[in-house]
Amino acid sequence: MIQIDLSGKTAVVTGGGQGIGAAICQMLSKAGANIVVNYFGDSAGINQARAEETAKDLGDKAVAIEADVRNVEQVRRMLQVAANRFGTIDILINNAGIIRDRSVKKMSYEDWQIVLDTNLTGVFNLCKEATELLADDGRIVNVASIAGAVGFFGQSNYASAKAGVICLTKVLSKELSRRRITVNAIAPGLVLTEMGKGIPEEARAEMLKVIPLGRCGETEEIAKVVLFLCSDLASYMTGQLIHINGGWVG
Amino acid sequence: MVTIDLSGKTALVTGAGQGIGKVICQMLNGAGANVVVNYLNDSEGVNCKLAEDLVAELGDTAMAIAADVRDSEQVAIMLDKTIERFGALDIVINNAAILSHRTISKMSDEAWSLVIDTNLTGVFNVCKQASTRVAEGGHIVNLSSISGSLGLWGTSNYAAAKAGVEGLTRVVGNELARRRITVNAVASGVTSAGAAAAIPEEAKNEMLKSITLGRVGQAKEIAAVVLFLCSDLASYITCQVIHVDGGWIK
Repeated sequence: MIQIDLSGKTAVVTGGGQGIGAAICQMLSKAGANIVVNYFGDSAGINQARAEETAKDLGDKAVAIEADVRNVEQVRRMLQVAANRFGTIDILINNAGIIRDRSVKKMSYEDWQIVLDTNLTGVFNLCKEATELLADDGRIVNVASIAGAVGFFGQSNYASAKAGVICLTKVLSKELSRRRITVNAIAPGLVLTEMGKGIPEEARAEMLKVIPLGRCGETEEIAKVVLFLCSDLASYMTGQLIHINGGWVG
Repeated sequence: MVTIDLSGKTALVTGAGQGIGKVICQMLNGAGANVVVNYLNDSEGVNCKLAEDLVAELGDTAMAIAADVRDSEQVAIMLDKTIERFGALDIVINNAAILSHRTISKMSDEAWSLVIDTNLTGVFNVCKQASTRVAEGGHIVNLSSISGSLGLWGTSNYAAAKAGVEGLTRVVGNELARRRITVNAVASGVTSAGAAAAIPEEAKNEMLKSITLGRVGQAKEIAAVVLFLCSDLASYITCQVIHVDGGWIK
């Protein structure tokens, strides 16, 4: 047997309260890491409740911390709290993302901007603020999407942001290599999270026709690849994009 | 901790007496798999000795079988012998390859054919014979190279073969998906094992400028990604080419 052991490491997972983010928190925790479950404080308090439940399930090596990734002050504060609590930050998972699908013709400028701000600038903010605190030999994994490669109808904002994340990943991999921090991205395909279920059923049925494995991915299957990238097994990989999509696109 | 456990699985690795192939055998066996060490019978018996030394090291969960991957009949017999000995065939690693670099105006037809026959047709032969023999839920991993994407001086045969392997990988992955067999390629960068070890110091230093991590890889860093692709961690990854090259700066 080969073991993956992240004991003593601390991971910050943005948008970690539900969906793929929660699965990543659970998987990294299972491998022994301390987890910061970041969430965006929505007015109804749903995100907070979910994030706190995710953290609670993981025991005393996990904590939920609020921060809007678009807000640099909040990001700074969250990272400082994380570093004070656990001593180091070794792993940064940029998972937080939102969706506002509309054709270009019908998309409001607000819907364009909010998706870019959250899904791209948010990643930039975290990367910029975290690099000071990130330990040498650390890991950054950015959650992109198949959307950033294919460019689906109605996703000009989302696709642009995700494509931006993919290239930002390559740049950062070069800037942080001296400290042996690897920076990679993953591109999940069709996964039935709340976000995935937002895709109309007919569209999903069409997608399944072109997925060789003939099924959606489970959030756990995405999380396992993140775990791999955070482990020693991936020590010679940086600046890469891994598609996790049942064979959909190369 | 999260474990990778391949107990009860049987893997076959072509060209496995030395270099990356040998380390792949060691790592898969270390994870619990039975391993068939394939080698090409050379007239001096060097490959046979290397393969048998490796089998002696790994114990009775390993076996050496000679087969020239360019000969589909030998390949078929080898796969059948594997199943006869271990009961099934779960994992196939197409690692066997040769190189014969020359600029195109000076490359002989023989040098072209030899490399295409071994590095591409050999992979086709093994995939074809494996397609009817690999167990459901199994894995095929084809070793490719950065050469397959870069277009380096003197590598017309090698680059064409490796690019071909990557294309073949996507097709075979598509075709075998309904039996839940994943098929991926690992595009290795420069490692300290094998042919790369012979690169003169000056050329090597030039080359390091193109590698984000500023160092060549170790064979175990390539093998680790092969192991990942043969494990449950990669269950939703298929038809992909994963670059393990320290972040080659194109």
